[in-house]
Amino acid sequence: MTKSLATLLCMLALSAVVFAGDPSRPAEPSANKDAANAAAVVHNDDADAMRVQGEQRFRANCGRCHAAPQKFPPRMMATVLRHMRVRATITDQDMRLVLFYMSQ
Amino acid sequence: MPGSAAAQTSDSEKPVPILSGSAGYFNFVTAGQNQIDAQINPVLLLPLGDRWLVEGRMECEGAFQRPAGGGSYGGEVSKNLDYLEADYIANRHVTITLGRFLTPFGIFNERLYPIWIRSLQQDPLILPLSAESNDGMMLRGGFPANARANFNYAAYVSAISSGHNNLQSNRDVGGRMAFFFPGPRIEVGASFQKLLQDTRTNSFGFHFAWLSTRIPLNVHSEYARSRQGSGYWVDGAYRLSQLHFWQKVMRHTELAGRAEQFFLGSISPDEAQSLGLQAANTREGEFGLNYYLRDGLRVVSSYGRQFSSGGNLNLWTVGITYRFLFPLGRVGQSLSAEGKAEQRSPAPGGVSQ
Repeated sequence: MTKSLATLLCMLALSAVVFAGDPSRPAEPSANKDAANAAAVVHNDDADAMRVQGEQRFRANCGRCHAAPQKFPPRMMATVLRHMRVRATITDQDMRLVLFYMSQ
Repeated sequence: MPGSAAAQTSDSEKPVPILSGSAGYFNFVTAGQNQIDAQINPVLLLPLGDRWLVEGRMECEGAFQRPAGGGSYGGEVSKNLDYLEADYIANRHVTITLGRFLTPFGIFNERLYPIWIRSLQQDPLILPLSAESNDGMMLRGGFPANARANFNYAAYVSAISSGHNNLQSNRDVGGRMAFFFPGPRIEVGASFQKLLQDTRTNSFGFHFAWLSTRIPLNVHSEYARSRQGSGYWVDGAYRLSQLHFWQKVMRHTELAGRAEQFFLGSISPDEAQSLGLQAANTREGEFGLNYYLRDGLRVVSSYGRQFSSGGNLNLWTVGITYRFLFPLGRVGQSLSAEGKAEQRSPAPGGVSQ
């Protein structure tokens, strides 16, 4: 095994340990919890403000690669956004807000 | 939180499996030689529990040409497994991916490759400089670096796989990191890949993406360098929705353009061609005109001119792309802002105008 491979593996392992052990905010990737968690993200704003933020994040993230998709039913959007979280590495916060916006 | 928003937390938002993908039919005319290309590329998204997603994409493509001496069209139908991966969302920073995945080198391969997304159907000249798929393990994620920037990354190791043509993979290690600035909607990033077999060469690249906040324009660009060669491409797509005449037509119309250049590296022209690269230094310019008929359905056309020491040639493309999206289960109802139930049909397609 080369030195670079060993280095990368160490880096991956270290990052996994560091990030996986982040106690500040437990992961809650559940799509059926996402809309609820979106409220925690911007808990001082009302639904309209969340919708505006969600639309901004939606345009900034989705529009980077493709034309804006239409809205789909929430259960479909939850799957699509889980896919886009992985594929486009959009942040957890952006995913929650976009899901909230797209679920309206 | 208002009641309408709270209403969104019901179990009716549990993710449902989806069959998505794209289909297309194209006529490529390269230096006067016509090629008919038909393809369907299904994507399966299977969410499992709260943290898992199993996803895969196949590419089924038929490419048919007339023989040089004339006669009827003939060709092959190819089937490739682009990716089949299990994603585990460990936390807000890390997603662990296992299986066959798209190589995160630059942005074209992972994000812009699908025919319903790309504005121009010809592949960039530098696309073969890195692997397109790898079999192995990857860590990836994206999170806010500060109030103005998001950081995203992907790092992977892969193993040799040569047993099946559709599952070939090199023994590689590599990754990509980028910063996305949501304000100006700019992303800049860099990629690296090291081949851990044979020539043990390095590849690296940079990418840039910009989505204008003022006009419906997006710009993407990549630079890549490896032992096989180097080069860059810059492309842009502009929707004519801001024009004040023929608005019914113009808002469905998109202009696209790409400029690119490839420089052959320290390999022979024959080896370059076997890798899908140009056999000589090449410059190319391409212009496209796309028209969105409806959500997910688009007519595409383009003209390009390629200049190289091997000879100059024209590239014409005319075709149609379609994106589909079907739930594989009950999708239930969505709620309007007023909390009023509103049934949505599982509409195919997915691109608004």
